[in-house]
Amino acid sequence: MTNPTQSIQGSRSMDEVPKADGVTKADSARKPDSMVNVAPAADERVRKVSAWKRMLHRPELGALSGAVLVFVFFFLTAGDSGMFASDGIMNWTTVSAQLGLIAISACLLMIAGEFDLSIGSMIGFAGMMMTIPAVYWGWPVWLAILFAFTGAMFIGYLIGYIVVKTGLPSFIVSLAFLFILRGLTIALSILFTNRTIVSGVNNYSEGDWLAAAFGGTIGNGFFVWLADMGIISSYNDGTPIVTGVPMVIVWCFLLAVISSWVLLRTKYGNWIFATGGDSKAARNVGVPVDKVKISLFMFTAFTATVYAACQVFEFGSASADRGVLKEFEAIIAVVIGGALLTGGYGSVIGACLGALIFGVVQMGIFFTGIDSDWFRVFLGSMLLIAVLFNNYIRKKVTEAKH
Amino acid sequence: MSEFVIELKNVSRYFGSVIALKDINMKVKLGEVHCLLGDNGAGKSTLIKTLAGVHAPSEGEYYLDGEPVVFKSPVQALDAGIATVYQDLALVPLMSVTRNFFMGREITKGRGIFQRFDIEKANQIAQAGMAEMGIHVRDPSQAIGTMSGGEKQCLAIARAIHFGAKVLILDEPTAALGVKQSANVLKVVAKAKARGLAVILITHNVHHAYPIADRFTLLNRGQSLGSFMKSEVSREDVLEMMAGGQELDELTAELEEFSRLDATA
Repeated sequence: MTNPTQSIQGSRSMDEVPKADGVTKADSARKPDSMVNVAPAADERVRKVSAWKRMLHRPELGALSGAVLVFVFFFLTAGDSGMFASDGIMNWTTVSAQLGLIAISACLLMIAGEFDLSIGSMIGFAGMMMTIPAVYWGWPVWLAILFAFTGAMFIGYLIGYIVVKTGLPSFIVSLAFLFILRGLTIALSILFTNRTIVSGVNNYSEGDWLAAAFGGTIGNGFFVWLADMGIISSYNDGTPIVTGVPMVIVWCFLLAVISSWVLLRTKYGNWIFATGGDSKAARNVGVPVDKVKISLFMFTAFTATVYAACQVFEFGSASADRGVLKEFEAIIAVVIGGALLTGGYGSVIGACLGALIFGVVQMGIFFTGIDSDWFRVFLGSMLLIAVLFNNYIRKKVTEAKH
Repeated sequence: MSEFVIELKNVSRYFGSVIALKDINMKVKLGEVHCLLGDNGAGKSTLIKTLAGVHAPSEGEYYLDGEPVVFKSPVQALDAGIATVYQDLALVPLMSVTRNFFMGREITKGRGIFQRFDIEKANQIAQAGMAEMGIHVRDPSQAIGTMSGGEKQCLAIARAIHFGAKVLILDEPTAALGVKQSANVLKVVAKAKARGLAVILITHNVHHAYPIADRFTLLNRGQSLGSFMKSEVSREDVLEMMAGGQELDELTAELEEFSRLDATA
């Protein structure tokens, strides 16, 4: 693609170079005219290429085509197995949405050039932070939830602060917190409750306004209507099998829309790209690089807590081993979604598509009857292909013309 | 208001026992291109960093619009209208033209939580700003990694001009560029001058400097060999002073090649 643009520019400048000796007033006055004459033709010829190129360069492209492929595959192999009935759909959508939640924040953080490997441990820790006070200490559930959010975001702040102040790679710092938080989760729950699984949360969260924002479902009336109309399947007594949309899907959807808007359409979003693209350049033009990074570490802690809350109030329990390996699943989803590990490039929508692929494959394998051991093989291969593809794209995007 | 926008009087800068600059006098006028010439180690970088507010002068005075100033940071100098385009350009290759143009100074519309980056308007401004510099940006959302070195240089200059620079300091803008691209950048410099900006152009390439400069200041080993109007010196004079006569032969050969290229282009 050393392309028309270059030659046009070349010829344009060549016309005018000979008098390099006298870039006189007359020359510079004449120039705008000659430019206007050249420009329209150049415009027309280049725009076609760039529209095609732009499509190729959407970071979501890989994930989108991957998602289509995955759907086609499971439609063909498991189309009649119930995977695409209402409960089947809700099943893989929920799994995808859970992962999507943390993938969204991991994506923003990766675009800003950092990793957070503590997400998974944070899920377990946050779950305990909200259940132990509620169940053992008699706190109102809403207060326990707020406590968990505050605590988690404080730890996120701490990780971010250490990363920006010491300049250590976030990979190492957050890896340390992966172990610290997991260890604390187990040690503290043993200390306070003498067990690693706290159950019976539902007895306390019943009727709590804040718990309902994580545990329940919405659109119940709509689903009853769908069942009445015979669009979705129902039990013999007429109640639909799927009673509503779980809150985790609502959260994931909302956060995806908001985060994508923030990333692409706000000042702060531009700072995220700049921070990850070249933090030195960003700093030189006045972007508050440190604040951007710290706030994004807090955001990953926030989404991990939302994840934890949705699980706790759906199952009514918290367990010290919740969220194991989720940080890597989130990173896989983000990378499949087209983000560069080196930062500066990526898409929230892509990360959500990555999470969707993940969820569909994970659940779909049960429906097809393929031995689920193969899931990880597939996942690793997907990751490898995604990285190769992204690498190729980055070269395309940044290749110099000359 | 002084006739000169920037004036240095006997400015010296020491780093410990090292004398980086000694008794530099320099006057910069709006609407003029002031070339700072000197071989490697002559003190060019220290001088522009002093002008840009990175270093404070150890001795001597720095006048801006006739008023003595002491900049504590580059940001203060920038606020006073002295913009420096360093060789790394402070651009992010993966970001678009527009996003780079407004990086750190995004224009917004809307209020409160709905305040957002006004991309349409930013696109227009960036495109217009570049067009004014003679670079026709076809797609302001293209990543600048795809642009040539010369175009990137022009983008950095256009950005500085848009954000209100009245003195533009360019650090070796043509150092890594080919002949054609250098010519493009020099044209942009001419345009900046035509808009009434003062341009301080740092280079060690006399061939780039001579056509465009109105005034020269020559540095050698931390000392000024003096400032000259273009009318007072010929290209050969400048060369000779710069190279101290030693490498003149070699440079003459280079010069011949350059004029031959000019003729064939």
